[in-house]
Amino acid sequence: MSTGSIIRISGPVVYAKGLAGAGLYDVVKVGAAGLIGEIIKLKGDLATIQIYEDNTLMRVGEPVECLHRPLSVALGPGLIGSIYDGIQRPLPVLKGLSGAFLKPGLAGEPLDSRKKWHFVPSINKGDPIAPGTVFGTIQETDSIQHRLIFDASVPASTAAYVAPEGDYTLSATLVGASDGRNYTAVSYWPVRTPRKFKEKQVTREPLVTGLRVIDVLFPIAKGGSAAVPGGFGTGKTMTQHAIAKWCDADIIVYIGCGERGNEMTEVLTEFPTLIDPRTGRSLMERTILIANTSNMPVAAREVSIYTGITIAEYYRDMGYHVAVMADSTSRWAEALRELSGRLEEMPAEEGFPAYLPTRLAEFYERGGMVTTLEGKKGSVTIIGAVSPPGGDFSEPVTQHTKRFIRCFWALDRDLANARHYPAISWNDSYSEYTEDLIAYWDAIDSAWDSLRSKTMEILKKERRLADIVRLIGPDALPDEQRLILLTADMIKAGFLQQSSFDNVDMYCAPPKQTLLLSCILTFHELAEQAIEHGSPLIKISALPIREKIIRLKSSLENERVQEGQAVIQEIRAAFAQLGTMAQGAVSA
Amino acid sequence: MRGVEYHGILRADGPIVIAERRENVGFSELVRVRDRSGQYRLGRIVDISEQAVAVQLFSENTGISIDDSWIEYLEKPLTFRVGDGLVGRIFNGLGEPIDGYPPLMSSDLRDINGRPINPSARVYPRDFIQTGISAIDGMNTLIRGQKLPIFSGNGLPHNRLAAQIVRQAKVLSGESQFAIVFAGMGIKYDVARFFIDSFENSGVLTRVVMFLSLADSPSIERLVTPRTALTAAEYLAYEKNMHVLVVMTDMTNYCEALREVSAARNEVPSRKGYPGYLYSDLASLYERAGKIEGCEGSITQLPILSMPNDDISHPIPDLTGYITEGQIVLERELAQRGIYPPIAGLPSLSRLMKDGIGEGMTREDHRDLAAQLFSAYAYVKTVRDLAAIIGEEELSDRDKVFLHFGDRFEQEFLAQGEFENRSIAQTLDLGWKMLSVLPESELVRIPPTLIEKYLPHAEASKPKE
Repeated sequence: MSTGSIIRISGPVVYAKGLAGAGLYDVVKVGAAGLIGEIIKLKGDLATIQIYEDNTLMRVGEPVECLHRPLSVALGPGLIGSIYDGIQRPLPVLKGLSGAFLKPGLAGEPLDSRKKWHFVPSINKGDPIAPGTVFGTIQETDSIQHRLIFDASVPASTAAYVAPEGDYTLSATLVGASDGRNYTAVSYWPVRTPRKFKEKQVTREPLVTGLRVIDVLFPIAKGGSAAVPGGFGTGKTMTQHAIAKWCDADIIVYIGCGERGNEMTEVLTEFPTLIDPRTGRSLMERTILIANTSNMPVAAREVSIYTGITIAEYYRDMGYHVAVMADSTSRWAEALRELSGRLEEMPAEEGFPAYLPTRLAEFYERGGMVTTLEGKKGSVTIIGAVSPPGGDFSEPVTQHTKRFIRCFWALDRDLANARHYPAISWNDSYSEYTEDLIAYWDAIDSAWDSLRSKTMEILKKERRLADIVRLIGPDALPDEQRLILLTADMIKAGFLQQSSFDNVDMYCAPPKQTLLLSCILTFHELAEQAIEHGSPLIKISALPIREKIIRLKSSLENERVQEGQAVIQEIRAAFAQLGTMAQGAVSA
Repeated sequence: MRGVEYHGILRADGPIVIAERRENVGFSELVRVRDRSGQYRLGRIVDISEQAVAVQLFSENTGISIDDSWIEYLEKPLTFRVGDGLVGRIFNGLGEPIDGYPPLMSSDLRDINGRPINPSARVYPRDFIQTGISAIDGMNTLIRGQKLPIFSGNGLPHNRLAAQIVRQAKVLSGESQFAIVFAGMGIKYDVARFFIDSFENSGVLTRVVMFLSLADSPSIERLVTPRTALTAAEYLAYEKNMHVLVVMTDMTNYCEALREVSAARNEVPSRKGYPGYLYSDLASLYERAGKIEGCEGSITQLPILSMPNDDISHPIPDLTGYITEGQIVLERELAQRGIYPPIAGLPSLSRLMKDGIGEGMTREDHRDLAAQLFSAYAYVKTVRDLAAIIGEEELSDRDKVFLHFGDRFEQEFLAQGEFENRSIAQTLDLGWKMLSVLPESELVRIPPTLIEKYLPHAEASKPKE
């Protein structure tokens, strides 16, 4: 370990001399208080350091100690259900140390070293040790089995000692290798380095979110990446929360990066009370939170994204499907900008550093469906919120993000103003995964693809007609075209809109999604025929069944989806009756 | 070292003074500069190298000379003295008393920058505050511990609205200790006077702590004012267990001061010349609102900002909206039609509303009722756009009904007297009365059971002919 001294302090960026042998991105302890920092630039003997904590009253000449290892996270059982700051300090432990307010220089062990875990070995003495070998398992929660795997940094050797099944703390040696190394249940991995895997796969399996507008119109694949851009108040966080609650991933890593403190508190208070519909366990038992709120040090905000994704990759390597919510990537980009400004780097667009697109690409490319070293299938899906200034999508972060994601859920101010949530615009959003996922959905409901394209078609037509209506009013349109407007309204109110407060509507399972669409489209089809046979639209829109279809989303539970067929029968009956009345009118 | 003054500085450039580093000073340390006339100014160290220190002054810089200046390092960050007797006092932006009474009898000095609240120590705010204003209570509910700014424009009645909220705000579940912290940044004397008078008339002046940095004070002082005020608020809330309502006006002046200092420091600007850290800086103020575990008190923030040119996408309202938990937007068009309070129906939002309303808190129908009013009012806007082109006569009967609803909603629900205090039940009943204008089949956001229970049936009104 080498020790140098501070020669200049400029906000969270300090300059130090005398750090012999230090490497880029090595962790340093700065000043008398031992604040954690990272070396971000080296020039001769001069090291530039970003500090992750508040450095008020730090002085020139104070010591700087280099730890000669990059910033790493501790990985092991106990991560699930935890809440960490950007550099993996457990916030509840810090609360015990300094009360409700964070003080600089605090340290807390990320994983509780006193807690005992039940270890079941899966190798024997004399077995080979190599990256990807599972050496044991620990039941971390009722639904998550923690598989202890030698990571890519482990040199090949053989096991000289394997601990028998039993309860161990995290510091206990579980495997002793013939080369003298000892392995515990905890391993460390540098956050800025992607974890290794065998190979990437093309993904053909959707991440079912339970949000109808996403699953049907703009679906995302497991291992895919999506961006949720939207101005303030359009519901980015609400959308992220909804996905974190109901998507069918095994593990959720929620990164609150430069956002509100109360939002993290909301997750902390709400998630433990919600039940995962798939496992029947509390949602907190699959969630890991990284909270670096907007008022916490900005350098730690920059690194929080990497901390989160590394933890996600760790569980992916066990063969789990992990979904990462990054809220918000714009705040992360702003942290980059702020630090870049302090380093007096030449800015590119809007003051952002020129390497912004590279960093975004590196981040999103850490997602994906992979074959793990062990040979299992695991995935990391990344859903990043983007907060464009003024809601203007032409700004650099949104534009660069668009290059590296394949799913774009644009939030619309007008929809949000009308309290149409989720305010995902069907005009501006897109998903490049749709084609890949058709096979999967067809297996559930063969009509999925045609329902989807019909819906899109009606919405597209409605958009064109809306322009005309804006000029001449709807009365000037013929009935067939006004029917498009009527059906589009039904799609919006009865399908796209979804209430996260309604106990039935908050999560919509795929069979119910297709059922709701079938109802609306059956109505549309029969109405088209009725108009052809001379029924006026005003009679069709007055049918009570129309309101029933719109309310179906909150009146029919997911488990009772079979009963939905009766509704389709009812629709047919209603139109048959309308038909006879029209016939009667004609013959009279 | 305290009590030792060093003679001479190297450079004076706007609010930044560069001096030789003749003592091992700390980052962010408080500095006192004495000029040739013997006047003292405070400043803060913003950059230190081995040879020099950069000091950012909190006051105006006229008369600072290279040779005739003395600089003293005070070995602490800028602090504010808290203690008993704080409530009822008036301070300047730097936290010095200006009401003619001596400083507080206390040795309790607090760093005005505070410390970030540990997110795991926060308590999620849920207590409904009744402001007696339908547009807020019904549609954009204020919650204890929330930060809810008023986005206004020059000439709009934001001050009257803020005063009305302060006057009428109460929590339904009984009485409790409360205090008001008022931070005036770059406002005119009349505005400050208006607030003082209004506090006096409603009998709360003895519960107010005021921090005034008026328009004629140096602009840099405004960077300190909200921090001093929030330090006082934190003391009252988290140590004296009071419910503190912080009114900060006008945040636009604060941001302008920030831009001025940033420009003087030659920083790379981002949008409209504001520094790239404007978001983080504003967050360090707004995030000081909230409730924490093991403590009765709370800090509710009501910042007021005037949107330059009424532009909500301007960096100041934009970044504020990204941090605060909603916004109350005032609309010039409504104000011009004589509607008070001119709270814009659609862009206003309260993010914490969802968990503070409903059965047991306000009333079971609140959430669905508000959603239905929002969606109907949004449709009114579409119809009005259409009517402007094709004329009201050409509208369909359905659209005419909505137009009628829109007018009544604005004139009866949104509009109310400056001294009219409506209970939440009155507000909600009024909302139902407005909805009764519409055909029942349009109320798809409300479950039929609630319609059955609350919708007044007597009034089946027709659109105006």
